[in-house]
Amino acid sequence: MAPEVYHIAQTPIIAHAFNADRSALAVSLNSNEAQILARSGKEWATIETLSEHDKVITSIDWAPNSNRIVTASQDRNAYVWQQTPDDTGKVIWKPTLVLLRINRAATHVRWSPNEDKFAVASGARAIAICSFDPENNWWVSKLLKKPIRSTVLSVDWHPNNVLLAAGSADSQARVFSAYIKEVDSKPAATVWGSKLPFNTICSEYRSPAGGWVHGVAFSPSGDLLAFTSHDSSLNIVYPGSNVVHNVRMPSLPLVSLVWTTEDTIIAAGHDCQPFVFNGTEGGWQEAGTLDDQSGGASGGPARRGGLAARSGAFAAFQAADSRGLGGSSGSSGSGDTKLTTVHQNTITDVRIYDGAPGQVARVSTSGVDGSLAIWDVNAVSAITGRLGGMSMR
Amino acid sequence: MSNVLRPYLAAVRSTLTAALTLENFSSQVVERHNKPEVEVGGSKEVLLNPLIISRNENERVLIEPSINSIRVSIKIKQADEIERILCHKFTRFMMQRAENFIVLRRKPVPGYDISFLITNTHSETMLKHKIVDFIIQFMEDVDKEISEMKLSLNARARIVAEQYLTAIAT
Repeated sequence: MAPEVYHIAQTPIIAHAFNADRSALAVSLNSNEAQILARSGKEWATIETLSEHDKVITSIDWAPNSNRIVTASQDRNAYVWQQTPDDTGKVIWKPTLVLLRINRAATHVRWSPNEDKFAVASGARAIAICSFDPENNWWVSKLLKKPIRSTVLSVDWHPNNVLLAAGSADSQARVFSAYIKEVDSKPAATVWGSKLPFNTICSEYRSPAGGWVHGVAFSPSGDLLAFTSHDSSLNIVYPGSNVVHNVRMPSLPLVSLVWTTEDTIIAAGHDCQPFVFNGTEGGWQEAGTLDDQSGGASGGPARRGGLAARSGAFAAFQAADSRGLGGSSGSSGSGDTKLTTVHQNTITDVRIYDGAPGQVARVSTSGVDGSLAIWDVNAVSAITGRLGGMSMR
Repeated sequence: MSNVLRPYLAAVRSTLTAALTLENFSSQVVERHNKPEVEVGGSKEVLLNPLIISRNENERVLIEPSINSIRVSIKIKQADEIERILCHKFTRFMMQRAENFIVLRRKPVPGYDISFLITNTHSETMLKHKIVDFIIQFMEDVDKEISEMKLSLNARARIVAEQYLTAIAT
């Protein structure tokens, strides 16, 4: 089944987040303003602009139940946006200040499952865990600092609302406790540990070839952790038996990932297509791709056909005749500008679109090419020989 | 293109494709700055190992990747004095107009003739595989260009000498 593709903008989509019923979408279009889009027919149209930041917004998350948006930006700030009526009675998105206490860019933000706190990763070698302070009507933060040695690139919450996974540029993925006394009740023991005061490091994993950890995700049950790193590998951690499965890819690095079921992961990144991985404790492997590679190409060379194709071949033969140039992989690049994949540039963000955690039916991806695609997770096709023209092969 | 050049360019192409996996990365040293890490070099962990692809002792490419930028430096073949002068003039001409080439650096890295600096902004606004194509095309053409210039320079010198000597002979 072909994915639904929407061309949102000409600029990169840095991050995207849907609301609970998937009727609205918040995106950061590589600018300091977040856009809220609503479905209008077959397209998405901007209905509101959230402008408070003064540098690029790096991450957005939309809490499904409390209907609040949190944005993080390179200007070191985060804001929580809530729909409230203004003086005239019109409902607007109103920002609430977050006292982050970080002095470098905020890179990634995620609401906790209970939506009573959120985690902001930052370039200040710290993660701010923010909870609401009703007395002053702002969000206060506690910093997770200790062993982090570089920019934190991504975070993900455990379903129990206490544990937090973080991947950072010092090529480590870590599991922390983000227990806040005022908010959380005492958590039950998990495979990650039983006594969990704030800033407990439950475990620490190094990416095998020392690549920056771009994405981390807990499995739906929270018992497994997966992370992707810049050495083009996906790593799945079984904390019970302390086994780390490492799937090495011949493609370019993966940036973002989601678990669709307890034994399936969808990850995407610089190769412009979502890959599917599955496995059990015995071993993990790549199962295929969601992109059957017919999307981009159909609009490109196939339509051109005819004269252009003939003259292209003619030029190649003429070059071979007059100058001894052969059409080869090493020399002049592919003539077409379009890749065969749906996304034409790096995929920056993969999110769950449809289905409960553990039985996800559809996922959404957004990319640097400014498009958003919604994929059926069961439409897995085998990886064809030609990997999007982007790969190293 | 000779068969020797092809594997060299293929190696450069696949290295560039792998290195051009950039992302927006704000400085972790200076507040509110966003600089190409390969130029600043402030945090070692976001730099990758530099790589030299060398065809022979006087033709090589240095690729220095980092999290948000890569620097590609090219040493152009210079067999004799004329080629050295031509190459110097040619690269100087281009680097003075660096802003028109967008990815060109104003100064080469020491030991190289010309350098390109590609940042995440470039890979976001332009097609990634076309940037790679551009660099490869440049490498292919620059040798051709310089040897053509050398030929026309020699031809011109011959004509001038001939004219001069015929003037003396008569």
